[in-house]
Amino acid sequence: MVTIPTMAYELVGYAVFLPLIGFIFNGLFGRKIKSELLVGTIGSASVGIGFVIAGAIFFEMLAAPVHDRVHVVQLVPWIKAGTLSVNVAYQVDQLSILMMLIVTGIGFLIHIYSIGYMHGDPGFWRFFAYLNLFIFAMLNLVMADNFLLLFLGWEGVGLCSYLLIGFWYDRKFEKGTTGDAAKKAFIVNRIGDFGFLIGMFLLFETFGSLEFQTVFLQASAFPERTPVLTWMTLALFLGATGKSAQIPLFTWLPDAMAGPTPVSALIHAATMVTAGVYMVARCSVLFALAPTTMLVVAIIGASTALFAATIGLVQNDIKKVLAYSTISQLGYMFLGLGVGAFAAGLFHVLTHAFFKALLFLGSGAVIHALHDEQDIQKMGGLKSHLPVTSRTFLIGAVAIAGIPPLSGFFSKDEILWKTFSLGYGSLWIIGFIGAALTAFYMFRLYSLTFEGEKRWGHDKHPHEAPLFMTIPLMVLAALSIIGGFVGIPKSLGGGNAIEHWLEPVFEHANEKLAIAGHAAESTEYLLMVLSVAVAVTGILFARRWYATRSEVPQQLSNRFSGLYTLLWNKWYVDELYDATVVNPTVKSSEKLLWRVIDIHAIDWCVNGIARLLGWISRTTRVVQTGVAQNYVFVFILGVVVIIGWIIGK
Amino acid sequence: MDGTGQNIILSLLLGLPLLGALAVSLVRNEAKTLIRVLGLAFSGVTFVCSVWLFDAFDAQNPGMQFVEKYPWIPGLDISYHLGVDGISLMLVVLTAFLNPIALLASWESITHRLKGFVVSMLLLEVGTLGVFVALDLFLFYVFWEFMLIPMYFIIGVWGGEERIYAAIKFFLFTMAGSLLMLVAIIWLGYYASAQPEGHFTTDYLLLTQIAPGIPMHVQAWMFLAFALSFCIKVPLFPLHTWLPDAHVQAPTAGSVILAGVLLKMGTYGLIRFCLPLFPYATFTFMPYLAGLAVVGIIYGALVSMVQPDLKKLVAYSSVSHLGFVVLGIFAITEEGMQGSVIQMINHGLSTGALFLLVGMLYDRRHTKLISDFGGLARVMPIYATFFMIVVLSSVGLPGLNGFVGEFLILLGAFNSFLLESHWYAIWGALGVILAAVYLLWSYQRVFFGRVVKSENEGLTDLSSREIAVMVPVIILIVWIGFFPNTFLQKSELASRQIVQQVQQAKLGTVGGRLAEKEQRR
Amino acid sequence: MEVPLQYYLFLSAIMFAIGVAGVLTRRNAIVVFMCIELMLNSVNLTLIAYSSFLGDVTGQVLVFFVMAVAAAEAAVGLAIVIALFRNKQTINIDEINILKW
Repeated sequence: MVTIPTMAYELVGYAVFLPLIGFIFNGLFGRKIKSELLVGTIGSASVGIGFVIAGAIFFEMLAAPVHDRVHVVQLVPWIKAGTLSVNVAYQVDQLSILMMLIVTGIGFLIHIYSIGYMHGDPGFWRFFAYLNLFIFAMLNLVMADNFLLLFLGWEGVGLCSYLLIGFWYDRKFEKGTTGDAAKKAFIVNRIGDFGFLIGMFLLFETFGSLEFQTVFLQASAFPERTPVLTWMTLALFLGATGKSAQIPLFTWLPDAMAGPTPVSALIHAATMVTAGVYMVARCSVLFALAPTTMLVVAIIGASTALFAATIGLVQNDIKKVLAYSTISQLGYMFLGLGVGAFAAGLFHVLTHAFFKALLFLGSGAVIHALHDEQDIQKMGGLKSHLPVTSRTFLIGAVAIAGIPPLSGFFSKDEILWKTFSLGYGSLWIIGFIGAALTAFYMFRLYSLTFEGEKRWGHDKHPHEAPLFMTIPLMVLAALSIIGGFVGIPKSLGGGNAIEHWLEPVFEHANEKLAIAGHAAESTEYLLMVLSVAVAVTGILFARRWYATRSEVPQQLSNRFSGLYTLLWNKWYVDELYDATVVNPTVKSSEKLLWRVIDIHAIDWCVNGIARLLGWISRTTRVVQTGVAQNYVFVFILGVVVIIGWIIGK
Repeated sequence: MDGTGQNIILSLLLGLPLLGALAVSLVRNEAKTLIRVLGLAFSGVTFVCSVWLFDAFDAQNPGMQFVEKYPWIPGLDISYHLGVDGISLMLVVLTAFLNPIALLASWESITHRLKGFVVSMLLLEVGTLGVFVALDLFLFYVFWEFMLIPMYFIIGVWGGEERIYAAIKFFLFTMAGSLLMLVAIIWLGYYASAQPEGHFTTDYLLLTQIAPGIPMHVQAWMFLAFALSFCIKVPLFPLHTWLPDAHVQAPTAGSVILAGVLLKMGTYGLIRFCLPLFPYATFTFMPYLAGLAVVGIIYGALVSMVQPDLKKLVAYSSVSHLGFVVLGIFAITEEGMQGSVIQMINHGLSTGALFLLVGMLYDRRHTKLISDFGGLARVMPIYATFFMIVVLSSVGLPGLNGFVGEFLILLGAFNSFLLESHWYAIWGALGVILAAVYLLWSYQRVFFGRVVKSENEGLTDLSSREIAVMVPVIILIVWIGFFPNTFLQKSELASRQIVQQVQQAKLGTVGGRLAEKEQRR
Repeated sequence: MEVPLQYYLFLSAIMFAIGVAGVLTRRNAIVVFMCIELMLNSVNLTLIAYSSFLGDVTGQVLVFFVMAVAAAEAAVGLAIVIALFRNKQTINIDEINILKW
């Protein structure tokens, strides 16, 4: 690697491994370095350089002809045993470069933000080390050219998520501790990983390899609806639900808010949770061959979108609302994937990364300003104190609500349109209602936090965040505004650049799906108008009720108190899981497995043998009386018997 | 490479610790430092020799290398026959690696009757190394029984409260199994002599030619006789109950060697003897043993979860991890076999490391109950970091060593056409979830949260000696995770050979089955 | 008239049986020794009877051996009894049951 690379592609290895070096450096020496700025710079630079490299590669790809954009960069062999041969190799194509740009770009911004946010924390160096490790793992995930390396990144981000959620390891969090939240995240993720593993085994059994190019090439020759493909994709999707917090494995994400806010922004909004979306998109041809799974994906996506939105309606912790919002938006992404609109799903990944990161970072600024207050009931009237934060937050809220011409409108609309036009009308309705709720709860959040009377005490002195924090906010706000323009649909006069860009990646899948042409364009306009209208309605209601602190919400929640409690308690899903899975397992392990089987059954047998031998010894010992005459008697008896036997012969 | 009398490295490996034991026994009881230094020196030199062996091993040669053969009891063709192939090579290096580390770890914790301790440890090393390099069944048996005695003393003299019970249980349990193995060995010798132009022999290489021909109903008994002894050692559910007691009562160094080396002797025996000598019997029992392995994986993990004692938790986790290894063996595929071999090394490293770490904690607080700890991450950050790395290795995080082994094993078991069912691997994969549960939960209870017990406030972090004990293990953990091919290469040909031997025997009897399965795809 | 051989054999058999009965049932160690001597003497009688009947001197030579052994055994045995008495203050065999666990 000493030669000057003629193509930027060769640099991808550096981009991936620089954050690892940052991790090692900050991990080993970070404690000794007294300057926060230095630690933060090292951490941010390793990601920033990665972004520059990604940019360079992107431009080279743009300049290259369409058929020449995919390259695989081989680094070193990793595991070779039997017929399995896996290398550390990165596949640079249209999809992975998009993900790489998102990861390094937003990662860089959040690193900068963290320099401000984590200022003064004794674990500053540890934070940046973990963040770098996360970027390393995430890059491996999106750039890998084979499933096993992807899995390394997959689990690696799970590890970093664990470390970062539990970063403040001696703090309490809700009913437990941050450690509980971190453990929950890891274990629920692991359940998904179990599915991923099974999927990989099936892949290897069916295709004989784990490399993307080999697998997908063979797959395109497969007939549709082969059972093994359905099982394979279902198993992989289980993994995706774990990582991307969909039903049924979403319960870890709200708890993950125990971690510092930059972590929530980076990992639990912009990057790690999109790993599931990326993986399904990468395997598009496999999913296309398994229509059953696609339907499952779409249904779960849509229902999660609506389900999470309902919970977000009534939460009072600013980060919790955003967490459920993330789960909901991820549902939209999966809905897009499930109906076959792969590019649309990824478009939403892009725009969501912008505005969700923005919203989280903004909430971080608020929390920072109010000295760790997170309850929105105790906020309000912060507009004047936090001008930059409130304006950028507003931009983010408008974007997520789906108001044109901000980015959220284009991506969400694309998904909803594709859902409708491909015939999934009922799912469209679910998505539509979810969109309405999204606008509503986002502006409830905005109004309660920034508008109206101030409800915080006199001991708090909120002030605007330092530049380290506000500059990323502004950049992300700008991106949230213009980010949608890469995907302006034809009906509005745009070329839908992003769909074209990603087309070669989904070529095989689209063939299988035989995506029909669009329905009438007039329907598209109608739906667009409808969704904007319902979003605006939601916004207006929210502002009316919450900005002016009207009595209506309170009255509503009293009237429908049962429903309200259900939503407030998150539909009791956590409690359900605890009762049906967690507690029975733990109890039975202790009472049945350990006490009964191990101690009583097995050990009883083992010690029983010893007791038996002891009993035999004690019984036969009685023969030894010690009286010499007894011995003589036996002796004579023996002699008589022998003589008798000899005589008898 | 296969001449007799030209290689001395293996005898050197056996002789050095023996010499060390002799040297230490001659030192005065009071010269404690000298005793420790001598012990460390001899085991250290043994390790260096094993590294040389590793390097000089030819990965392209599937047969036995560095063979030495000297006649011992000529009338019965029992010889002093040593040799290594890819699989035994790895285990030899593991043993030689763990011994100096275990001795270094006990530098300060063992003080009374130190001489006896060091002598026992060195003799134990001789015994364990001998098991891995012996190519004569009788010699193998001698070493197998020989290593019981130092281990018995180590547990019984320098162990915890109920050490006598644990030591006796360990000794009798293991010996009961081995006796049947002795009968089987003798029977094999007679079978060899009953062959046309044959003679009584216990030579492994000769017997691998002859033994597969044993009629099935006898072969099954022979297999069981050998397998019983090995399965007790592994330990395979339900023969595992000696393990928690032995581990909890043994001193740190004893636990490290017990977990790191002795348990591998069982799995090694299965690979080396049960599979090649009795391939037909292997098919008959394959599903049952694989099934017991899977039960062990899940059972071990679940029981581990509810243990209040940290050391017992790690002990039950060994049952779970070695369930994976046995599953990999009985999948009879190259991936599975390679996975088993590397997982044996991995388990030795990660579980050995866990015992080392628990021992360090015990040295400070003299308790192993999880409830006595909490919030240690703030008080002992370096320790917490090492512990986290080892926990992640045990959990099987990709990038660390545990993943390579677990993945290969599960892949091999899933795709094994001999095992004929995906369910073994699927249930085994559940173990992956459970491992995260019990390990992370216990890590959290010990390290995270507030410091609740005031005794924990004043604990000192790791000393440089303790760091020196842990760093080599951590380096290997990461090395095997990122570059497993260094190690996989060496055992590749040997694994392939054993798997093919067994597979061919199967294809010979039921050749049509394979074609059938291919067509179904 | 000659005494038939059977009479000697019967006599010695009866003497032997009486000796065995005595060894098995008597409690006094000295009496047990006396019974042992009785058994040995019965054997002597048998030997002499056969020796006279067959005209072979070997039997009588054997008697000498037996008598020597009997004497030695009596001496050692009585010494043991004396040692036992000194320790246990009794020579009642039923009470000297220490040859066991």
